[in-house]
Amino acid sequence: MGHSHGLSIEEQRKADLKVGKVGFIILLLVTLGEVGVALVGNGHIIEGHTWPAWLMIPLMISMSLYKAYYIVSIFMHLGHEVGGMAYTIVMPMALLIWGVIAFLWEGDHARHNRNYVTDPRPGSEIPIEEPPAETSMQLEENLSKEFSFQ
Amino acid sequence: MATDTVHEIEDEITTAELWDGGDSPFQSEYGKLMMWYFLLSDAFTFAGFLIAYGSLRFSMDAWPLPDFVFSTAPFGIEGAPLIFVTFMTFVLIVSSVTVLRAVQEGKLENQGGVVKWLLYTIVGGSIFLGSQAWEWTNLISVEGVTIYNNPFSTSLDNGTYITLEEAAALNPRLEKKTMMIDIHSDAGHSTEELKYLYNPMNDQKYFEKFDHHYFHRTGDHSQPHTHVGKEFKKGDSYLIAYQNGNYFPGAYKTGGVLVAEPMGPTAFGALFFFITGFHGFHVFSGLIILLVIALNTWSGFYRSRNNGHIMVEKVGLYWHFVDLVWVFVFLVFYLI
Repeated sequence: MGHSHGLSIEEQRKADLKVGKVGFIILLLVTLGEVGVALVGNGHIIEGHTWPAWLMIPLMISMSLYKAYYIVSIFMHLGHEVGGMAYTIVMPMALLIWGVIAFLWEGDHARHNRNYVTDPRPGSEIPIEEPPAETSMQLEENLSKEFSFQ
Repeated sequence: MATDTVHEIEDEITTAELWDGGDSPFQSEYGKLMMWYFLLSDAFTFAGFLIAYGSLRFSMDAWPLPDFVFSTAPFGIEGAPLIFVTFMTFVLIVSSVTVLRAVQEGKLENQGGVVKWLLYTIVGGSIFLGSQAWEWTNLISVEGVTIYNNPFSTSLDNGTYITLEEAAALNPRLEKKTMMIDIHSDAGHSTEELKYLYNPMNDQKYFEKFDHHYFHRTGDHSQPHTHVGKEFKKGDSYLIAYQNGNYFPGAYKTGGVLVAEPMGPTAFGALFFFITGFHGFHVFSGLIILLVIALNTWSGFYRSRNNGHIMVEKVGLYWHFVDLVWVFVFLVFYLI
C-alpha cells in the first residue's frame, strides 16, 4: 500500500517519481544496449566488424530477461507481494524454460532429418537410397509378394 | 491492516477458522489476484506462439535476417535497420512508466493525477498501435510479405547474379518470354516490357536481379537498379521484388549452374502477422480498458470506494504485461 510507511503524501509522491524515473532509465538503457548489440554485432555500425552468434544471442537474451524481471518485480510490484503468491506466478513460468529448450531442440532435429520425411509437393521426390550391399536389409519392393501361410 | 491480523492469528488458527473465510493468505484483493492468474495463462498462450516460432525457425536452413527485413521507417527512410521498431519499443516503455505513475497516484487517492497519467498512457498506446499499422502496411503492400508468401530470405550458397543471356546459355531449354509491368515514376504512370526465362516443368521464372525501386522510380531512382554481376556469399540476405501479386526471383549462377532465388520460408509471414497481431490486439483491448477506467476515475466512481483505486492497479498490471510480452516479441522477431 502506498502511504503505509508513515510517509506524507508529498514524500510518497517523491519516492514514486523516483521509482518511475529509475525504471524508465534502466529499461531504456537496456533496450538501447540490445539494439546496439544487434547493430554492432551484425556489422551495421563499424564496417566489416561483426560479433559471433554465440556472443550476441546470450547477451540479448540475458538483457531481455533482465527487462522482464524488472517489469514484473518493480513495475508490477510482484517483488513486494507475499512470497507464496509470487511463487504461484514465477514457478509455472520457470518450468516453461524446459518447454522452450525441448521444442527448440526438436526443431533443430527436424532440420537435420528433413530429408527422411516425404514431401507431397510435385517435383520434390527424393530418390530412395539403395541399402548398402553389406547389410542384409531388403527394400520393401524387392521382398516376395507371394505369401505362404502353410 | 490485514497484514497484522494474519500474523496474529497464524499461531492459533484452528481448522474451523481456516475454512471460515475472511482471511487473505496472499494479502491481495480478489480481482487483482485473478488478474495475475489471467496474465499467467495469457503468458502461456504467448509462450506457445513464440515456441512455435522458435522451433519452426530452428527447423529451417534459411531464415530472413530481421535487420534486413525491418529496415524501413516512415518518411521514406530506408536501410535503417531496427530504427523504427526501437522507436515503437521506446513508446511502449514510456507508456509503461506513465501507467505506473497512474497506479501510484491512485494509491494516493489523487483522482486528477490518475486521469492525467492514464490519458498519457492511452496516447502512448495509440502511437504504438499506429506504428504497428504502418509497419504492417509497408510489409504487405510494398515488400509483399503475406501469410502465404515471404519474399525475404538468406542465400544457402555463394553465387553471382547474371544476365538473361548468360542464363539462357547455361540452360538453353528455358523459354524466352516477356511480360508487361507497371512503372510509377516522377514523369507519371507507364508500362514497360520485362524479359524473363520460364521453365514450364516447374513453373519457375528467372529475372535479372533488381530491387523494388524498379517499379517506383523517384528522383533518386530515375534509372532502375539492377544487381547483375553482383556476387554474394552464403548467409547474405536478399529480397525478391514484388508488384501486384507477381514475384520476380533473380537468376544467379553457382558453380556453373543456373538457379532462381527461392522464396523465403512461408512460416515467417504467418508467424509474424499472427504473433504481432495477437500482441497488437492486446494493446487495442488494453486501450479500451484504459479508456473505461479513465472515465470511471474521472467520474469519481473509484474515489467513492476509497480502496486506493485498485481497478487502476489491475489495468496497470495488464498494461505492464503487454509491455512484458513485447520484450520477448522484440527479442525473437527483431533482435535475434
